[in-house]
Amino acid sequence: MSAYFDIPSDLQHSYLGLIALHLQEALLPVLFGLLIALPIALVCARFGWLYPPVLWVTTVLYAIPSLAFFVVLLDYTGDSTTTVEIPLTVYSLVLLVPAIVEGTRAVSPDTVAAATAMGFGSLRRFVQVELPIAVPAIMAGLRLAAVSSISLVSVGAIIGNEGALGNLLHDGQIYHRNPLIVTSVVTTALLAIVVDGLLVGLQVLLTPWQPHGRRAARRARTAAAVEPATEAELRPGQEADAPVLEDAAR
Amino acid sequence: MNSQRKNTWSSPRNVRLAAVVVAAVTAAPLLASCSSSSGSKDPLAAPKAKAGTVVVGSNNFPESILIGDIYGEALKAKGIKVSYKPNIGTRETTYGMLKNGSVTVLPEYNGALLAYLDPKAAPTTADATASAITAKLDPKLTLLNPAPAEDKDSVTVNASTAAKYHLTADSTIADLAKYGGQITFGGSPEFQKRQQGLVGLKSEYGLTPKSYKALDVGGPLTEAALKNDNVQAADIFSTDVTIAQAKMVTLKDPKNLFGFENVVPLVSKTGLPQNGVDALNAVSAKLTTQALLDMNAQVQNDKKDPLAVAKAWLSSAGLG
Amino acid sequence: MNILHFLNTFFSDGANWHGQNGIPHRLLEHLQYSAIALAIAAAIGLPIGLFSGHTGRGGYALSAFATGARALPSFGLLVLMTVWLGELGTTPAMIPLVALAVAPILVTTHEAIRSVDPAPVDAARGMGMTSLSVLFQVEVPVALPLILGGLRSAAIQVVSTATIAAYISLGGFGRYIIDGLASHTYADVVGGAVLVAGLALATIGLFWAIGRLVVSPGVRRGC
Repeated sequence: MSAYFDIPSDLQHSYLGLIALHLQEALLPVLFGLLIALPIALVCARFGWLYPPVLWVTTVLYAIPSLAFFVVLLDYTGDSTTTVEIPLTVYSLVLLVPAIVEGTRAVSPDTVAAATAMGFGSLRRFVQVELPIAVPAIMAGLRLAAVSSISLVSVGAIIGNEGALGNLLHDGQIYHRNPLIVTSVVTTALLAIVVDGLLVGLQVLLTPWQPHGRRAARRARTAAAVEPATEAELRPGQEADAPVLEDAAR
Repeated sequence: MNSQRKNTWSSPRNVRLAAVVVAAVTAAPLLASCSSSSGSKDPLAAPKAKAGTVVVGSNNFPESILIGDIYGEALKAKGIKVSYKPNIGTRETTYGMLKNGSVTVLPEYNGALLAYLDPKAAPTTADATASAITAKLDPKLTLLNPAPAEDKDSVTVNASTAAKYHLTADSTIADLAKYGGQITFGGSPEFQKRQQGLVGLKSEYGLTPKSYKALDVGGPLTEAALKNDNVQAADIFSTDVTIAQAKMVTLKDPKNLFGFENVVPLVSKTGLPQNGVDALNAVSAKLTTQALLDMNAQVQNDKKDPLAVAKAWLSSAGLG
Repeated sequence: MNILHFLNTFFSDGANWHGQNGIPHRLLEHLQYSAIALAIAAAIGLPIGLFSGHTGRGGYALSAFATGARALPSFGLLVLMTVWLGELGTTPAMIPLVALAVAPILVTTHEAIRSVDPAPVDAARGMGMTSLSVLFQVEVPVALPLILGGLRSAAIQVVSTATIAAYISLGGFGRYIIDGLASHTYADVVGGAVLVAGLALATIGLFWAIGRLVVSPGVRRGC
């Protein structure tokens, strides 16, 4: 087993240390992305005309390959975890804004009208009514952002050992220690699956009004697995594609 | 029905606020990547090292990491506080980090460093190499004593290519140049643009390969590509343990394109105290090519950790 | 030295326009890797997704598979396949790209077929159409916009991720980014990034055009 878990000294971390670093580099950006996405989505939900241009900007940002993003940032933030975390924040943002906007848009007009009739202000209605109802859609976006973030951290290895578990890939190559590469891939995949599972659990806690039987879980999971990314992309001039996220919200 | 509420939301103040939030948040990453670049001439603005701590860096290949470990442990033995920044990247990156102070000590090879600083220089002795480097070196940096240990870039052909073109250990790069149009050459991405690379191979030996395959810095990709005949010749380090294993042939370099490649510590003038300078010079005095070969074999073949190998060598040399 | 300056340096360099390292050649390589990966992924994902969507079976297995496929780190898989297969051809690069693309195609196709309004499907069955006719003459045309969305999502991710193929000595636009990092030529990195992003956006445009051509106007209006 030591061939798999003896981490080369140049990484300066134990196996568990690499896991902690990996989670930090992957999940902090998702958290920041969510914090930034909420106000943007709020504004987009209120002012519909803002949504297409915001989608354009996020789509263009999403099209930048992570590796190039890292390398260009290397100029400004140096050889540090920040260099990895900024692009991942942007990618999370890009997945989360449409998830939140589409999710809140799918809230039934009757529900919105009822809240308004009860005297809810626009902001309060957004936070207390529309956001909670949109939780399944938002969680779908969050799960996708978390899983892709965990995967992308590894690419940071190319810019000078900033890839946490991904650094094992480069070290496995240069020291001719293939087991380290297996460790990296398997651990990263397991982390993604565990985090995904935890988010599903969180969703159950956050939506106590939803049925959570085996069937319901199956339906929610299948629906959530549909890429919200498809909605991040623009549909110039038409709204033909049925919003995938509505499936998730249902 | 909710038009009244909507109006409060889209009151001028709110609209303005909304516009500012959206503009700021969506534009921030874009602006950050566009505007802040103006004026930053030094591209590697990494945070400065903590005062009193010597940061030992290394490039992204095992031997550099190993020598970095040797330097670091030798400094620790003198009671100096050391932190490591190993396995960073290529010289193009690490030199910048030395200049801006985020790295204090870096293992270097004198010939390759000179080729980076002054691509046209062609010194014929080790001393001339050192003085040529000093002339071009950043004023904040200095070279300590070079070790006898050498590790050169080399043009190495695989066994089948050697047999096909009758190349032996006595053949030179010029002998390969005749078959340039038939071979694919492998090496690091940066090798394509360096004087000590394709540029020099063409000007010194007239070797222009049919095509170039960008691999890695004499690492596993290069070794695999040579073994599988994806490339017929490649730039590979002369201390690489796979050359002998796979019966590859290293061609002679009579024009000294790959110059003198003695291992030498490149350090920041202000970052390293005198006892540290002495400690590294003591390491250089004992570090031979054979010692390097032995240690590389321990790391590559016996899968030992470079830090452990470095410590063992230091104590055997009486420096630990 | 700002981004625009880098772009100007990169695109005005004549050497970047012809030969093995020229933009046209690198574009062809990038398109080749992306197209092959997408074709393989579609060949796997579409039939399975159509079948499972039509029969309504295997949804749970599909979602588990998709979660697993997405959890696989592409870069790690690339390195692992390189050392396992011990070769530098395109195969080690194809495996992570196909793994990346299969999940969205498979799951979106399944969901697209499942979400077709049951009324016309029942009507078609009532008219005596065979199962295959129902699938290809009723369900697929209605589900086409969503299925195309899944393919588009996969295509964009593949185009963007094909960049890392350069790490194992392959070509494509990633070459500029990897080589630029190694030799600290930032103009190349920025130029490569813009080319990849541009190709990804062109992919969106392509799928939009395909959608206009193949999606029935009735379906388009219906959504």
